[in-house]
Amino acid sequence: MFDVAIIGCGITGAATAFMLSKYKLNLVVLEKENDIALGATRANSAIIHAGYDPKPGTMMARLNVRGCELAETLSKDLDVSYIKNGSLVLAFSEKEMETVKELYDRGVKNGVPGQKILSKEEVLEMEPHVSSAVIGALYAPSAGIINPWEYALAFAETAVLNGCEIRLNSGVTGIEKADFGYRLHTEEGYVDAKFVVNSAGVDSAAVHEMVAPKAFTIKPSRGDYYLMDKAEGNKAKCVLFQCPSEAGKGVLVSPTVHGNLIVGPNAVSCTDAHRVNTTQEGLAFVKQMAAKSVPDINYRNAIRNFAGMRANTDRDDFIIGMAQDQFLDLAGIKSPGLTSAPAIGEEAVKILSENGLTLIPKENPVTTRKTLRFKHLSGEEKARLVKENPLYGRVICRCETITEGEIVQAIHSPVPPVSIDGVKRRAGSGMGRCQGGFCGPRVLEILARETGKPPLSIMKDKEGSYILTEEIKKEAKS
Amino acid sequence: MKRGLVIIGGGPAGLAAAIKASESGADDILIIERDKSLGGILNQCIHNGFGLHRFKEELSGPEYAGRFIKMLESTSVSVMTDTMVLDVTGDKKVVCVSAEHGYMEIEAGAIVLAMGCRERTRGAIGIPGDRPSGVFTAGTAQRYLNLEGYMCGRRVVILGSGDIGLIMARRMSLEGAKVLACVEVMPYSGGLMRNIVQCLEDFDIPLYLSHTVTDVVSENGRVSRITVQKVDDKRMPIKGTEMHFDCDTLLLSVGLIPENELTKAAGIEIDPRTNGAIVSENMETSIPGVFASGNVVHVHDLVDYVSMESERAGQAAAEYLKNPSEVSCALEIKNGASVTYTVPKRIKNTEKPVGVFFRVNRIFEKSAIRVTAGDEILVSYPRAHMAPGEMEKITLTSETLKKAQRKSIVISCEEAN
Repeated sequence: MFDVAIIGCGITGAATAFMLSKYKLNLVVLEKENDIALGATRANSAIIHAGYDPKPGTMMARLNVRGCELAETLSKDLDVSYIKNGSLVLAFSEKEMETVKELYDRGVKNGVPGQKILSKEEVLEMEPHVSSAVIGALYAPSAGIINPWEYALAFAETAVLNGCEIRLNSGVTGIEKADFGYRLHTEEGYVDAKFVVNSAGVDSAAVHEMVAPKAFTIKPSRGDYYLMDKAEGNKAKCVLFQCPSEAGKGVLVSPTVHGNLIVGPNAVSCTDAHRVNTTQEGLAFVKQMAAKSVPDINYRNAIRNFAGMRANTDRDDFIIGMAQDQFLDLAGIKSPGLTSAPAIGEEAVKILSENGLTLIPKENPVTTRKTLRFKHLSGEEKARLVKENPLYGRVICRCETITEGEIVQAIHSPVPPVSIDGVKRRAGSGMGRCQGGFCGPRVLEILARETGKPPLSIMKDKEGSYILTEEIKKEAKS
Repeated sequence: MKRGLVIIGGGPAGLAAAIKASESGADDILIIERDKSLGGILNQCIHNGFGLHRFKEELSGPEYAGRFIKMLESTSVSVMTDTMVLDVTGDKKVVCVSAEHGYMEIEAGAIVLAMGCRERTRGAIGIPGDRPSGVFTAGTAQRYLNLEGYMCGRRVVILGSGDIGLIMARRMSLEGAKVLACVEVMPYSGGLMRNIVQCLEDFDIPLYLSHTVTDVVSENGRVSRITVQKVDDKRMPIKGTEMHFDCDTLLLSVGLIPENELTKAAGIEIDPRTNGAIVSENMETSIPGVFASGNVVHVHDLVDYVSMESERAGQAAAEYLKNPSEVSCALEIKNGASVTYTVPKRIKNTEKPVGVFFRVNRIFEKSAIRVTAGDEILVSYPRAHMAPGEMEKITLTSETLKKAQRKSIVISCEEAN
C-alpha cells in the first residue's frame, strides 16, 4: 500500500515526487513510457519565465513567480544546468510598445522583480544581433534558461534516493475506488494507494475521467523548433520574445544552457496529442517569424528540428485541485509549466495535507545532487580524475566531449536509462553537431555491456524504436 | 611534454603526412588517433576502388590503410591511439586525454591537422516528420554493418546520392535488404559516376533526381513510411508529386562537413566555402607551423588525393621544423565563374609548380578551365566533362605563376565553343 501514487513522471510529477519525498511517505510514480520526462518536458522552449505573462490573481501567476524564484536555488542544490540570463519582449511598433507596457504592469502586480522598459538603443547595445527595426523592449532580469529533462531527472533521482519508487512502462489503464483510497490498474499489474496525484500531461483529462465526471478538455497544441549549432549560440544573450498578439505568442530566439541557439515554436492545434512530428510549413513559419527578431541566423548551422506538445485546455489557468476525495489533479500544465513545476509540487503537498495526508518530515532527506561533467573540470582535475578512473579518459561523444566514465555513471544512476536517448538526456552524449552519428554505436555497445542486454534489444528511444535488425557474420566475430 | 611534429588524426591524411615528414628528415613525430586503431574511416570502407591512382591497383579501404600503416612501421613515428585531442592553441599547444596515457599537454614544434570530416545530419537539412529510430547517416549504418556486424534495416530509402550513400545501397542489398530508391535533390548525382553504375544500376535501384524526402512517418517508434516529392528549380517540393515508400529505414548521404572545431578554437582562418582552413600550396594554415590536409581542409572524393595532399603537408612541416620562418603570400587564387572553391587559396612559392584542387557548381560537357590575371588568360585546360561530384585538379607551372604580374589569379570554367 502506497501513501501516494503519482501518475505521470514529467516535470510536474517529478517535482511533486521530490517535494513529497522529504516526508515519511511510501511513494510511487507510475510512468507509461520507458523513461521519465518523455512528453512536454523533453520538447519545449526550456525557459524559466519571469512571470509577467499570466493574468494577475491566477494560480498560474502565483506559481510562475514562485517557480522562477525556486529555480535559482534548486538548480544549484540539484546541479541542474541553469542560467539566469534575463528575457526581453521585443516591440517593433507603437502598438507593441503598448503591449510591453501592459506586460510591465502585469509583472508588477504579479511580483516580478527588477523589470525595466528599455529603449531601442539599450536593446541593441545588449543584443547586437536583434533587428534594428526594434523600438523598445521589456527586460525581465529574473527570467532564465534551464535544461528541462535534467531538471525533471534531478527531481526524480533525488526522490528515488529518498525512497520513492518509479515504475516505468506502467501506464494506468483503469482506476477503482476502494475503502483505503484507489486501486490503479497498470500495464504491469495493479498498485494500491491512499492518495493519487494526476500529473499525466496531455493524458490528464483521460485520467481525471477514470474517477470523476468530465470537467475539462485537453486541446493539444504542437510547436516546431530549430536547434542550432553552438556557432550560432552568440546570436542572443537573453531570451528574446516577441509581443503576444491575436496572431499568437510569437516565436522566440534564445541561447540554451549548452550554448546552442533555440528558435521556435509555432502553435498548431492537433487531434493526436501523441504525434509530435515537425512539418515543412511549421519549420518555414518559425524561420520567417524568427527573422523579425534576429535576421542573421544561419540555418545551415541547424543541428536538429523537433516538435513539442503543449497540454493546453479549455481553461485559462492551470487545473489544480481535488477531483475526488484523495485524488488530486495537476492537469492542463501548459506554459509556464516548466517554470512553475517546483511551485506546483509545493502546492500539491499543501493541498494533500489539507485533505488528510499526514506529513511527517524526514530527519535527513536528500536535497542535493552532484553530477560529474568532465569537460567542465580544470586541467588538473581532469588529470587526477583520469588517473583514478581511466574510463574518464576515453572520450565517446567527440562533439560534446562526453567520456565513457560519464556514460557509465549515467547508466547506473538512480533512474537508469534503457535507451540511447536516455543516456543522451543524462550524460549529454549525442547532443552535438553530429547528433550521435559517431557516438551512437559506441553508446549502444556500452549500454549493452553495462546492462547485460543483447545489442539487438537496445532501443533508440521509446519501446519499439529498435536500431539493429539482426546479427551478420557471426563466425567472423567469434 | 615537448614534441617535434604532432599530427592530429591517424586516418589516411595523418598517416601520409607522418610518413612523408619522417622521410623528409623530421624526427620526434607523434600521431594522435581517437579510435582504437589507425586507418580512420577507411577501416569501415570494405568495398574496393581505393588506390587506383596511388598504387595502380584496386584495394579495399582497410588494405589501402594497411599499406600506409606498414610503411609507418619502418619509421620512428610514435602513435597514441584511443586518445582524444581536446584543444589546440594558437601557440601550438595540444591538449589531449586517453584512458591509457591520462591527461596530457604537449608543446608541439609543428602541427598537422588531419581530423577528417563528419556527415551532415537530418537536423542540418531539416527533414520534417516524426523522429523515430531507423534514420541513419550512411556512415553510421556502414559502421554498424562493417565494424559492429549488425544489420540496421530491411527496407531502405536513401536520401542523397553522395558516394557513401551509393556504396551503402549496394552493401545493404548484398546483405539482403530491399533498397527501394535513392533520392537526390539536385538535378545531378553528388557521387562518382562509377558508383552510380556499380551500386544503383547493377542492383536495379531507381535514382530520383530533383526529388527530396518531405515526410517521415513512424509506427511504434520506428520509421514506417517515407514521402518523396519532386522539387522545382528552387528546390521547393511540388504539390501533387508525392510518392510513398513503406520502409523501416532512411539513410542519409547529404554531404560531409570538415571537422574544424579544433581549428577554429586555435584561431585559424577558415574558408566559408569549404568549412576548412584556408591553406597555401604547402598546406600551411594562417598560423605558421600549423598545417592541415585531407578532408579536414576540403572533402575529397578519392583517398589517393588525400594522401598526395597530405604528403605535401608532411614535407612542409618537416621543412618548417628545420627552418621555422614565416613566408608571406605571393599570390592569391580567387574563385571565378562556376568555381565553388580552390585548395590552395594562397601561393607562397612561385618557383615550383602548384597543384590546385577545385570543384565546379554545375555539370559541364565540353568546356574549358581558365586561369586569368586581370584581363589576361594565363592558361586554359580543355575538359570533356565536369561535375560537382568530381573534384578537378590542375597543375600551374612556375612559368604560369610568374606570368601573373598581380597579387591574384582567377580560376573559372565555361563551355567551350
